[in-house]
Amino acid sequence: MNWAAISAIYVTEMHRFFRTLAQSFISPVISTSLYFVVFGAAIGSRIQEVEGVSYGAFIVPGLVMLSVITQAISNASFGIYFPKFLGTTYELLSAPLSFLEIVLGYVGAAATKALFIGVVILATASLFVDLQIQHPVAMVAFLVLTCVSFALMGFIIGIWAGNFEQLQLVPLLIITPLIFLGGSFYSISMLPPIWQTITLFNPVVYLISGFRWAFFGLADVPIGMSLVAIAGFTALCLAAIWWIFRSGWRIRS
Amino acid sequence: MAAIVDIRDLRKTYDGGFEALKGVNLSIEEGEIIALLGPNGAGKTTLISTICGITNVGTGSITVGGFDAVRDYRQARNLIGLVPQEINLEPFTKVIDTVRFSRGLFGKPRDEAYVEKVLRQLSLWDKRNARAMELSGGMKRRVLIAKALVHEPRILFLDEPTAGVDVELRKDMWDIVSELQAQGVTIILTTHYIEEAEAIADRVGVINKGELLLVEDKATLMARLGQKHLQIELQERIEAIPEALNPHGLELATDGQSLHYSYDTRGERTGITQLLNDIAAAGLVLRDIRTQESSLEEIFVSLVREDAA
Ligand SMILES: Nc1ncnc2c1ncn2[C@@H]1O[C@H](COP(=O)(O)OP(=O)(O)O)[C@@H](O)[C@H]1O
Ligand SMILES: [Mg+2]
Repeated sequence: MNWAAISAIYVTEMHRFFRTLAQSFISPVISTSLYFVVFGAAIGSRIQEVEGVSYGAFIVPGLVMLSVITQAISNASFGIYFPKFLGTTYELLSAPLSFLEIVLGYVGAAATKALFIGVVILATASLFVDLQIQHPVAMVAFLVLTCVSFALMGFIIGIWAGNFEQLQLVPLLIITPLIFLGGSFYSISMLPPIWQTITLFNPVVYLISGFRWAFFGLADVPIGMSLVAIAGFTALCLAAIWWIFRSGWRIRS
Repeated sequence: MAAIVDIRDLRKTYDGGFEALKGVNLSIEEGEIIALLGPNGAGKTTLISTICGITNVGTGSITVGGFDAVRDYRQARNLIGLVPQEINLEPFTKVIDTVRFSRGLFGKPRDEAYVEKVLRQLSLWDKRNARAMELSGGMKRRVLIAKALVHEPRILFLDEPTAGVDVELRKDMWDIVSELQAQGVTIILTTHYIEEAEAIADRVGVINKGELLLVEDKATLMARLGQKHLQIELQERIEAIPEALNPHGLELATDGQSLHYSYDTRGERTGITQLLNDIAAAGLVLRDIRTQESSLEEIFVSLVREDAA
């Protein structure tokens, strides 16, 4: 294992992040506060409680997931797309690196950044609502796994993208709708039966449900299924990346 | 001496079906400077890229320092530094950071003294805190060289290091290359400038349309080039070359009216004075004399043409 290389990539990527620390920090704080104003105050005044949890607290897990998933994808996709765009991938390809090491460097950094944002949001949220975390270990595990698996997905998008528009396309057209429709701001049980069934095809539902269970002990789907879903998703992304590097798809002609 | 890079029957077909390398064989000796000379599109970059791991090998084999470039890629690539043709650098990154990063990628521990040494050698030390976008084209090229050298490779690939570079910078580059050779680095450079191959290479390989047409010592190639031809036209037709002229190795044209003499311009003496004296002594009368030389350009053009035919 070329640890020096992994750390070189990781540190360089993190450096980019910390150079703009104020931005990285302020924007999630502001957007979380806005969500609380809009959803918590406006809607929360009508929906008092969901299954015994105050609406303000109920949306926190979904809010964290929303940001963490978007951040993990955008950081990882940009992280690998940027060198591709600049033509500096020659350096990665000609160095004594395995695909695993490249992925660990880039995905590790992107996941760390997303995790950082997630923690910032949780901290901000705790200023607005009284947060209780019933299963802290599961909460951390879900958070970290989500960061990692969506950073893997972002990495794939970054390799696939041929221009900046494509880089934005997948998150905008697929991921954001999936997250919004994935029960971030409501319980699946609040939907009409037919939509409940359709929703079960949305993988994000399992993540948010599992994550919310870690906080409140309430879940839309059994916790085991949530675990299987996220593990399966991670495995799928890993397999795709393994295939990409083996075949050299879009990186090695 | 054992070859440090050994390429056997290397073929490469790009996805579109284009065959960019058609069975290249090449052995590169440790410590030499070899120039791969060829026009645009000849396959120079493809050849370098396959050795360095940037494009997939089609068929054939490549060993670097005895290691298979595909199977033992880590050991092979540890020996190699690559300076690409295109100047690709992250615009906002400082010179010293990008150089450190390259060292890290090759798994080497941090070594500030060595980074400084490389930057100084390339006259970049004063610019170490400049961002790539603030540098001139020549300086950026130096940064790429520093990045390629900072993991202490034994082999350096330079892909068209002086394309689009002005004359002065070109001389600078040549100085850098010979300095590196003095330190024992093997250098493989590609160029489409004949003068460049002539100025710095020990051996020259001529490549065109994916084929390596010849690889020769520059001295041999230059000797071929250094050949001049003297055409001596005679007032009167002769049947045979007079015996007294035999030592000069002349050839008589079929019309019997001109003699052909080859000589080496680099030799101590060309033998022309003696030849002309002997011709006069033999009683031949001259009508005209002409000289002709073959340049590397000519040899190159004729090779490429033969190849196309
Ligand atoms: N990625 C690629 N896909 C398809 N064809 C390519 C690719 N890269 C280079 N080629 C083709 O291969 C040939 C050799 O290119 P190259 O090795 O760059 O030549 P050189 O470096 O000698 O100018 C050219 O005809 C070029 O168009
Ligand atoms: Mg080229």
